[in-house]
Amino acid sequence: MYVAVKGGEAAIDNAHRLLAHERRGDPSVPELSVTQVSEQLGLLVDRVMTEGSLYDRALAALALKQARGDLIEAVFLVRAFRTTLPRFGYSQPVDTARMEIRRRISATYKDLPGGQVLGPTFDYTHRLLDFMLEANGEPPQPPAEADAGAAEGDMPRVTDLLDAEGLIEPSSASDCDTVGDLTREPLTFPADRDLRLQALARGDEGFILALGYSTQRGYGRTHPFVSEVRVGEVAVELVPEEIGFAVPLGRLTVTECQMVNQFKGSAATPPQFTRGYGLVFGQSERKAMAMSLVDRSLRARELGEDAVAPAQDEEFVLSHADNLQATGFVEHLKLPHYVDFQAELDLVRRMRAEHEANHPYPLSEAAE
Amino acid sequence: MTALAHGFGDPVTDAQQVFHAAMNALARPGRPQPLTSGLEPPRPMTPELAAIALALADHEAPIWLDPALAAASGAADFLRFHTGAAVVADPGRAAFALIADPGMPLPVEQFALGTAEFPDRSTTLVIAVEDLSDTNGWVLRGPGIADRQSLLAAPWPHALADIVRLNSAVFPRGLDVLLAAPGRIVGLPRSTRFVEEI
Amino acid sequence: MTAQSATHTAPETGYNFAYLDEQTKRMIRRAILKAIAVPGYQVPFASREMPMPYGWGTGGVQVTASILGPDDVLKVIDQGSDDTTNAVSIRKFFKRTAGVRTTTRTGEATVIQTRHRIPEQPLGEGQVIVYQVPIPEPLRFLEPRETETRKLHALAEYGLMHVKLYEDIARHGHIATTYAYPVEVAGRYIMDPSPTPKFDNPKMHMMAGLQLFGAGREKRIYAIPPYTQVRSLDFEDHPFRIQTFSHPCALCAAEGVYLDEVVMDDRGGRMFVCSDTDSCEERREQGHRGAMLADTPAALKGESSHV
Repeated sequence: MYVAVKGGEAAIDNAHRLLAHERRGDPSVPELSVTQVSEQLGLLVDRVMTEGSLYDRALAALALKQARGDLIEAVFLVRAFRTTLPRFGYSQPVDTARMEIRRRISATYKDLPGGQVLGPTFDYTHRLLDFMLEANGEPPQPPAEADAGAAEGDMPRVTDLLDAEGLIEPSSASDCDTVGDLTREPLTFPADRDLRLQALARGDEGFILALGYSTQRGYGRTHPFVSEVRVGEVAVELVPEEIGFAVPLGRLTVTECQMVNQFKGSAATPPQFTRGYGLVFGQSERKAMAMSLVDRSLRARELGEDAVAPAQDEEFVLSHADNLQATGFVEHLKLPHYVDFQAELDLVRRMRAEHEANHPYPLSEAAE
Repeated sequence: MTALAHGFGDPVTDAQQVFHAAMNALARPGRPQPLTSGLEPPRPMTPELAAIALALADHEAPIWLDPALAAASGAADFLRFHTGAAVVADPGRAAFALIADPGMPLPVEQFALGTAEFPDRSTTLVIAVEDLSDTNGWVLRGPGIADRQSLLAAPWPHALADIVRLNSAVFPRGLDVLLAAPGRIVGLPRSTRFVEEI
Repeated sequence: MTAQSATHTAPETGYNFAYLDEQTKRMIRRAILKAIAVPGYQVPFASREMPMPYGWGTGGVQVTASILGPDDVLKVIDQGSDDTTNAVSIRKFFKRTAGVRTTTRTGEATVIQTRHRIPEQPLGEGQVIVYQVPIPEPLRFLEPRETETRKLHALAEYGLMHVKLYEDIARHGHIATTYAYPVEVAGRYIMDPSPTPKFDNPKMHMMAGLQLFGAGREKRIYAIPPYTQVRSLDFEDHPFRIQTFSHPCALCAAEGVYLDEVVMDDRGGRMFVCSDTDSCEERREQGHRGAMLADTPAALKGESSHV
């Protein structure tokens, strides 16, 4: 037992070799390729990209393979790689109104300019295990593009329609000023919305989901409506200092959720709906929606609401949303702590000895 | 367009050595630390001022220049090119202030002093002098000093008395100072007290 | 895209010297300088994701990577020992990415990275000790909010801490904090010394070496300059006292050092050995012999270590 922590370098090397062996599994089964992962486990790759804050399908797929499918471990690999990359500059904001839409749903209007586009979704599937997949059956051909409803041209955002009527608070101008970067500056509180949104986007999907859910169950209720969820491709552009105009860098698949929440108003301003926002890499409506719920809840102070629920507590949410920080600190408990434990042992023994001295009849279990 | 003076010969090792000197200087106030850089910046910037700027400033850490440097041709361009740092006119935005002329008064209270909650958000002043020694001069006490440390700078920077007065009034806010003579630097963090002159 | 503008690339790795890119090092170095200038104050820094988990020394590793030069000699200990797995792993990381010399000898090292102990041998002026810190905020368990604790530090309002310690005395007859025991640095800031046993607290006072503290997950760096007053909090009627052990080390017979308790069997048999393995080995080389040296397993004597 004691020797286990004294094993040193040889033990570590052996552990790494064993790990690589386990990762490969039965060598008679063909090895999984990285492209298979990126093509066929696409939503998992999306999640690694989102929580890893790095848009690179191939690297995320490699990380998943290397991590034996352990999602947080894959996020870790991607983040540790990302942190070594030089920073060339910051892109222009992506314009999701000009998104090439693959899927677009509004829960607030039955029909609207651009229409509803169901697109690829699990939403109305019956969750029955498909044994054809196990037998490697061929999938059906995709529908023709016209039938699929893939949208042509720009599709106005539903919140822009509400905004035109003044029914929803404007996106405040300060949202567009210099945007912070919590991977380059330490997060301090109170944190502005730009940093909060970054932390939520990088945050653990399960944690954000649970917090969003808690707001629906009354812990910081916000009366949300999905104004719109859209999934598709957006262009990323950069303005290099020396050129002075925007050049395209490429396209990203993103999921955006705009949540419309109950109004605020005052003697000076008439009531308006308020906003909650979510944006993630790839297709992840669950994360984008949960994020928009929590974003709205975290605006409690700004909107003059009492911050009483966990999802409204910015320090609580932002300090605990990052799954790498969480897993690292939880798992560090398996590191040796015998120096500290010795200190506690010593104190407990001393206090028990004093207790016995003061109580002539020994404790029932005091057989030390 | 004139050719720009060169930067560090070995950016990684040179920056580490300059930082190491600055770290030891601030950790052991008043005690001169050797610093060589091989830089030949545009005058009146000294090689030591340039070395500290190149080692520690970048686009996240803006630089303020004293009038002597601000008026010198090429000084700001040299720093912008080699560090990527903004050269700012407002001393309150500066992470580092480079002072080539120690004889001039400085707008001491206009530099960033940090806040009560974030005293680290303060300017570090780097002041060029001609000579530094610890044989006699002022007696210093405080963290980093076993008992007492003496310090003599020539010329004695004009603004130092104001800085020391300010630091003792606003601690833990305050200004940290590096004095840079040819080949050596001395640190005077805000925690250092000037006790007496010998 | 991975290419760095580094001219000094360590062999084998393709990463910059000591892993971190130069921009990150500059950011950390600026934080270290401010930390030294305001002893005991926690400087926020933009801690990077490191290739080892948060909570496993990422703060210490970032500080070490930022101060390390090619001529430095590095020692890494965990629980006082050079050959615990995490210490081995971190030492190996710097061997690979920085190519620096490493040592287990406290006296030979210029930089010592540690988790939970301060070496028994006093550190000298040329040495820097880098502590890995899990929770840098000494007031955190009294007040979980950063916005509040920051205010308390700003106002030097530390009554809360004294109340907590005094409540311990009322309830247990003792201050029940045995490690991470809070200290006051240079008469101003209350500071968490990291989870070292309070046995080590007196070593921090007027130490000749520079003490740097890195908390990666919590994104804080703080420092104690050499020769700085470090006072463990206490009360007149309950003065600060360190742990004492009733036996000397079973291997090297050292007294007045911190000991690990090793359970030998399931019948209550146990032995006490030095937590600082280097100090223990040096003493045995000098001929000191503990009572149980002859019949101790080789692994426990450090003889199976591959350093």
